[in-house]
Amino acid sequence: MKVNGKDLNPVSPMTVEDLVLSTGRVPDRVAVELNGKIVPRAEYPRILLKEDDSVEIVGFVGGG
Amino acid sequence: MTDELKIGNKRFRSRFILGSGKFSLEMTKAVMENGGAEIATLAVRRANAGGEENILDYIPKGLTLLPNTSGARNAEEAIRIAMLARELGCGDMIKIEIIRDSRYLLPDNCETIKATRILAGEGFTVMPYMMPDLSAARSMADAGAAAVMPLGAPIGSNKGLLTKDFIKIMIDELDLPVIVDAGIGRPSQACEAMEMGCAAVMANTAIATAGDIPSMAKAFKLAIEAGRLAFLSGPGRVLRGGGEASSPLTGFLED
Repeated sequence: MKVNGKDLNPVSPMTVEDLVLSTGRVPDRVAVELNGKIVPRAEYPRILLKEDDSVEIVGFVGGG
Repeated sequence: MTDELKIGNKRFRSRFILGSGKFSLEMTKAVMENGGAEIATLAVRRANAGGEENILDYIPKGLTLLPNTSGARNAEEAIRIAMLARELGCGDMIKIEIIRDSRYLLPDNCETIKATRILAGEGFTVMPYMMPDLSAARSMADAGAAAVMPLGAPIGSNKGLLTKDFIKIMIDELDLPVIVDAGIGRPSQACEAMEMGCAAVMANTAIATAGDIPSMAKAFKLAIEAGRLAFLSGPGRVLRGGGEASSPLTGFLED
């Protein structure tokens, strides 16, 4: 699968929540887009990622 | 009566919108407090593994967050970023920033009008960053903008109010708050913008590139307050020529 534009091949099945936690982020400080659609936070533990999924994980940073 | 800045359905006492970029996370709190800011801007970026700590831990509680759509090159990208920003759970304010020009970083008014219409329709409180153009600003107002944010000079340039006359036209002709965003480099320039009737000033680089960053935030706060008070007081007239004595012209100690 693609995560933030980079290839990722997890050894075992992962939910969106697993993926977020694996980046060292807290789920309530990120927003996730799965194949172009925003995933509501409550869905993170329920969605199992597939091989051809494309995921974007974003958060706030300093900016003007 | 309290002098409040009204943006959409929100009310603010401070008229200083502070950016949070280009200085360390550790300094964020001191900058916001010294600046007396009630609104802080943020950007949305990819959260990669091993990334930096979360800026939300460093911004004082109670501040209103104003995410921007920086990185967007057209309306579609700005809408996507706005939706992600709202999903991050910090309210519905959004500063639309759409830039296609990588040299001068000037905003694209046409795409910005499109994004304003769609995001206002989605319930956002929309604050478009724009080139100071009255007819584009009117289109943004019609599209549902809650304020307009014309630039004083290119982003990050610290060149000041180069577009002063065009911003004044917008202040005179629009019913929306006009907030100078980008280019303001010194407190005196922020003060001048406020004196002529801007509703607020947004600054980031001017503070981030200062020698003493928190102290410069305070200097801006004071300048913005002074400029606002001067605007409300109504600046005095300017003589076309000659002078006019301030002291009485009678009772001189001479024969």
